[in-house]
Amino acid sequence: MNNLSKLSPFNSLNLRQKTIVIITLTTLLLVLIFISSLNIDTSTITTDFALRQRPPSLEHLFGTDWLGRDMFIRTVKGLGLSIMIGAIASILSSLIAMVMAFFSSLNKYADSFMSWLIDLFASMPHLLLLILISICLGKGAIGVIIGVAFTHWLSLARVLRVEIKEINTSEYVNLARKFGKNNFWVAKEHILPLVITQIIVGTLLIFPHAIMHEASITFLGFGLSPHEPAIGVILSESMKYLAMGSWWLALFPGLALLIVVLLFDVIGEQVEKLLDPTKAQK
Amino acid sequence: MYLNANNISFAYKKNKPILQNISISVPNNKVIGLMGDSGSGKSTLCKVMAGYLQNYSGTVTLDDKVIDTKDYYPVQLIFQHPEKTMNPKWKMHKVLSESWNPPPEIMDTFGLKENWLGRWPNELSGGELQRFSILRALNPKTKFIIADEISTMLDAVTQVQIWDALLDYCKQNKMGILAVSHDKDLLEVIADDIIIFNDINKL
Repeated sequence: MNNLSKLSPFNSLNLRQKTIVIITLTTLLLVLIFISSLNIDTSTITTDFALRQRPPSLEHLFGTDWLGRDMFIRTVKGLGLSIMIGAIASILSSLIAMVMAFFSSLNKYADSFMSWLIDLFASMPHLLLLILISICLGKGAIGVIIGVAFTHWLSLARVLRVEIKEINTSEYVNLARKFGKNNFWVAKEHILPLVITQIIVGTLLIFPHAIMHEASITFLGFGLSPHEPAIGVILSESMKYLAMGSWWLALFPGLALLIVVLLFDVIGEQVEKLLDPTKAQK
Repeated sequence: MYLNANNISFAYKKNKPILQNISISVPNNKVIGLMGDSGSGKSTLCKVMAGYLQNYSGTVTLDDKVIDTKDYYPVQLIFQHPEKTMNPKWKMHKVLSESWNPPPEIMDTFGLKENWLGRWPNELSGGELQRFSILRALNPKTKFIIADEISTMLDAVTQVQIWDALLDYCKQNKMGILAVSHDKDLLEVIADDIIIFNDINKL
């Protein structure tokens, strides 16, 4: 066993190289899913009643639905949409976190206001808040994106607030102010380069949450509209046919969503290892 | 030009004053030595005079004018531990140029080597970093230097070289020095007057 593992090319790499390989492979897979979903010709998802409710076969890997549409193509299309919405929502939400964290470093009143705001948001069940925001903005992609962005900035904002506080009270920042440097200069030159790793990792770790929540509120009917090929839509439609024995309608799209979420989680963790080596030892 | 601290009182915790009604005056053509036991408040006084602490009573004035805190602060404090005063993600040339870009001949007199500029702070020893932090404080806009135990981590030869260079530079540029140290022998060599801290800070 020991000899075998030595032969594997993967083991000749050190931890850092392994991490880079894992990140590259998972990213490539996600990019592949996204690009292929963009290039799908919508005419291939035409209804064909001769092919209704077919179980998985070589011709239709994930089977077909009650309108005879190929489930594999619908799933890939849905994943692409999920990735896009997840990307926009998590970037937006880390931007909110950044603005909030820098705002809290202005003075102690701003800081207590920020802590209060975080506690306020944290005290509400965020799925409820997400549904409310989404309904207020008329559902659809924009409602989902804004809803997810406004409910997922808390944890990153908390981390950034503490980090910025620590840097702001450090001796080198004190000294920078004695050299006549203003707040903006300190934020740009001292703070941002030191917290950028947290921001990148934080954004990547919001990603899986964003995708999951997009799918779940769409499933509940408060998210994307039913004619869009989203995973949440596919899953909620399949509910009606599950009792009739069409298990493939829910299993494969659900599994695909889970895999995409896990891939993002893996990327987030590996990037964290790469950027913050102290965490890799844990 | 005089740097004056008038009737300074300061307490980190309420009812536990560390400085009580201290007045001290440093002229810009002299080196004033400050001696005292550990915990007697020497460093606290330095921090008050260099503008690092607020909430003290009394005033710190430069020729009877209160110092503007927004601009370059004309009283520069040099710390005992230089590594904390440098951003760990900055190379040394950036650390130095945050204050000013000293001409090469001045860098030479402080024994600073050209190739140190391309290194990270953790790649230099404490003594090497201390030369950077001293040189960084010598910006032409500085009027007074407060040196808080700056040479304790240097070996005897380097200590002489650094102090020679610093005293020379300050004499030429009319900067006053307030030198704080435990080392009585050192202060007797470099300082024109020595203040024993326990005498004025009666607790």
